[in-house]
Amino acid sequence: MTSDLGTSSRTDQAARPDTGPARGRAGRAPRLVLAAALLLALVAVPFVVPSDAANLLSRILAFALLAVSLDLLVGVGGMPSLGHAAPFGVGAYVAGITAKELTALAPVQLVAAAVAGAVFSALVGWLIVRVRGTYFLMLTLAVAELARTAADQWDQVTGGSNGLVGIPAIQVVPGGGPLLLAGFRYWYVLAVAALGFGLIVAISRSAFGRSLRGIRDNEDRMASLGYSTFRVKFTAFVLAGAFAGAAGSLWTVQSRFVSPADLGFNVSAMALLAVVIGGRGRLWGAILGAALVIFIRDEVGAQLGGRGPLLLGITFIAVVYLLPRGFAGLRLHRPGRKDPA
Amino acid sequence: MTAVLSCTNVTKQFGSLKAVEDVTLSIEKGARHALIGPNGAGKSTLFNLVAGTLRPTSGAIMLDGVDVTRRSAAWRSRAGLAKTFQHSSLFLSLPVADNVAMAAQRTSGQGMSLRRPAHRLPGVDDVVAECLAATGLSGRASRPVSDLSHGERRQLEVAVALATRPQLLLLDEPTAGMSAAESGRFAELIESLPGDVTVLIIEHDLEVVFRLAERISVLHLGRLLADDDRESIRQNEQVQRAYLGDARPEDLFHPAAGL
Repeated sequence: MTSDLGTSSRTDQAARPDTGPARGRAGRAPRLVLAAALLLALVAVPFVVPSDAANLLSRILAFALLAVSLDLLVGVGGMPSLGHAAPFGVGAYVAGITAKELTALAPVQLVAAAVAGAVFSALVGWLIVRVRGTYFLMLTLAVAELARTAADQWDQVTGGSNGLVGIPAIQVVPGGGPLLLAGFRYWYVLAVAALGFGLIVAISRSAFGRSLRGIRDNEDRMASLGYSTFRVKFTAFVLAGAFAGAAGSLWTVQSRFVSPADLGFNVSAMALLAVVIGGRGRLWGAILGAALVIFIRDEVGAQLGGRGPLLLGITFIAVVYLLPRGFAGLRLHRPGRKDPA
Repeated sequence: MTAVLSCTNVTKQFGSLKAVEDVTLSIEKGARHALIGPNGAGKSTLFNLVAGTLRPTSGAIMLDGVDVTRRSAAWRSRAGLAKTFQHSSLFLSLPVADNVAMAAQRTSGQGMSLRRPAHRLPGVDDVVAECLAATGLSGRASRPVSDLSHGERRQLEVAVALATRPQLLLLDEPTAGMSAAESGRFAELIESLPGDVTVLIIEHDLEVVFRLAERISVLHLGRLLADDDRESIRQNEQVQRAYLGDARPEDLFHPAAGL
């Protein structure tokens, strides 16, 4: 599983120093084949593993979508957010409430969650993207903490500190039965997550994605080229929020429970950790990072009697020292890369 | 004749230092105009005031008859002004071609487009190829900027500026760090620009200045010392004194004023 992902990621970035728009077309076909093979392997998973593992993979995929959307902001756009759990949690709550009050149809919940994530990000982003650096960090952190507190206090809507319980199992098509089996849920999560990754990759490779990289590298120069850097950053912030909201709905599909902790600093920090471990700016890397983070926290941590966070910390330190560019940077220092083309 | 750029009594003060003082200057459409003066004369400051990265303390700046004194740098760029930077200001992690494409995609109105992969934008790649060829960087298109030499980065600055299809091109010491051959090719490139493009150039290499510019303005200690045609400037004693000798020693120790 993990080794499959690893291979694809390395091929992905061996072609270019950056997952940039001008990426060479050579070597694209093998990458597509690898991606298809990987997708097939992921589709086959429920046939070969127990439902616990399918649940774990669902969580990993939902969290990976959150991490990749954060990478769009941090790695591609150079906006390090410490509060990306906020649109994620907003999406999770909206999906849960939609499921309880309106419909068990998962696509409706998904769209509602994505829209909620986008609207939330638009409201706060209007101010946040106007500042840079440390101020950006502090504002995103503050907004997320406010959102968590709101979720904690607003009993009638969110269930307060007890969390939102009694979320029904999803239906994928109208009139279809509820998806009670972990394998079916997993397939739905996989399909949505794959679509989300695809869209984020497309955004990153578009002209807009190039503009976003330009702002990461040299915002003042972008302004002097005539760009409204606010517009570019704000759009990226809203898009990242929409995908985080969608990830929140996937999280709810699997857990059928939302608590204020889902908007908390822990989730934001873990998402950022996944991005850094994976290698900033390389969207594939964030998926790997997310897999590692969730695996350590939920599986290894459980066996270590709740010392998951400690192990995460050690992993983080090890990655920073051993792989300063994350998993996706593994091949960057290959001898011969600097030879003239 | 219409003035593409006119500065009226422009002053920029940093604390007690008047980097630019009461400069009135008018540049006609299609002109090849040089701005010279010793280090710290305020040339780059004046450029930044014109480009909008600095706001004047007083005075007015007009582009094509429109008062832009309070407009942002981005607004002025969209109005057809392009500026190269004295210290290269590029997108260091991106390939050379992407640096130029950044300008070309904005100019063609596709900077926010999500519709297709960036390497398939209509019209952009042609402009990129053309600007890279004009600056002699075609062979480096896919290299990251961090691989380029200093001289090549200067050329890339020019390529990025050209890709915006400017009406008014401000070049801030474009040949600094270029070899003699590169400077020669650079001068040819500027000479080959369409006649309706106005070029204002800050340059220390007087050979380049006298080759390219029909009119020359001389700044000294923030003030406009002379503004005349090429031959008169060559003969002007005041200019020679400011440029070649008689500069006060303290001028040498305030290089920051020229930034």
